[in-house]
Amino acid sequence: MGRYIVLLFWFVAVSSWATIDAYQFENAAQEQQFRQLIAELRCPKCQNQNISDSDADLSKDLKDRVHQLILAGKNNREITAYMVERYGNFITYRPPVEPATYFLWFGPVLIALLVAIGLIVSKLTSGRKSAAKVTDGQQEKVDRLLQSLADQEQSSAQQSDKTL
Amino acid sequence: MNLLKTFLFALPLLVFAALGLLFFDSLDEDPSLLPSARLNQPMPEFQLGTLKNPQQILSQTDLKGPLLLNVWATWCPSCKIEHPTLLQLAASGITLVGLNYKDQRPAALDYLQRYQNPFTYNLYDPKGMLGLDLGVYGAPETYFIDANGVIRHRHVGVLDGPTWEQELLPIWRSIANPANVQH
Repeated sequence: MGRYIVLLFWFVAVSSWATIDAYQFENAAQEQQFRQLIAELRCPKCQNQNISDSDADLSKDLKDRVHQLILAGKNNREITAYMVERYGNFITYRPPVEPATYFLWFGPVLIALLVAIGLIVSKLTSGRKSAAKVTDGQQEKVDRLLQSLADQEQSSAQQSDKTL
Repeated sequence: MNLLKTFLFALPLLVFAALGLLFFDSLDEDPSLLPSARLNQPMPEFQLGTLKNPQQILSQTDLKGPLLLNVWATWCPSCKIEHPTLLQLAASGITLVGLNYKDQRPAALDYLQRYQNPFTYNLYDPKGMLGLDLGVYGAPETYFIDANGVIRHRHVGVLDGPTWEQELLPIWRSIANPANVQH
């Protein structure tokens, strides 16, 4: 039973290979262009899949059309524009830079900048705060205590030298 | 200083609340419904024969409304569901043109024979060429075309009575009687 199931998957794999290889191109650059485009174009029917992954009938139609347009010598931008004209921006996984998508494109940079500024500001103010809190009298006291501690250590070190 | 601290503390909560509102607002939206990229544009160019007569070639200039262009096929179960609504609309005097989409001629003719024909005529688009140019992504779809041949609305999915009454009839009226819309 298990063997037959494996066999079934094998057939699935073969058929999906076959659909890719069914397209003939004039040169390797065109094939490369085709692979890039079908990875970037999104299937309107089966959302969240590109037309390369999708087995929907519509994806096949779109792949056929991309293939035709490539053979007709269209470049990536022209083909994407062709698809957007028909299916809207939804069809591309690479949204255009326009007012509606500014936040999408520049939001992450903006947020990173804000975080960086926030970090710098908090670093600067917290440093200044601790420095300002110590008065001269307190500083003297700290110095005195540190000095007495150092003296103590020194004398105890001398003592241990003697015992050795 | 203290104010700034409070603000910084509350910032994540504020961001959360803002995002929550944003997402709550879009809960009701159906993400599978895409706005038509062809909205308020003239019908794309085409040259297709009719379903009944392959020799009768029609083009976009023949498609002047007000009319409904309904994309259908015999392989489409939802099309069968909306068929009675289409018959009703046709009976009420609305011009319906069919776009028989990626179908086979004999099957389509047989279907119209069996379930009655709401369409004035059908364009036969076996390869889905006009479908692709229109941005059709799933039958049934219904395009509202005005007197100038401009696409004014697209309805995706089954056309049923309540949807027609509540959502689509006002749009249809604005196309069918443009004079009545001003007030």
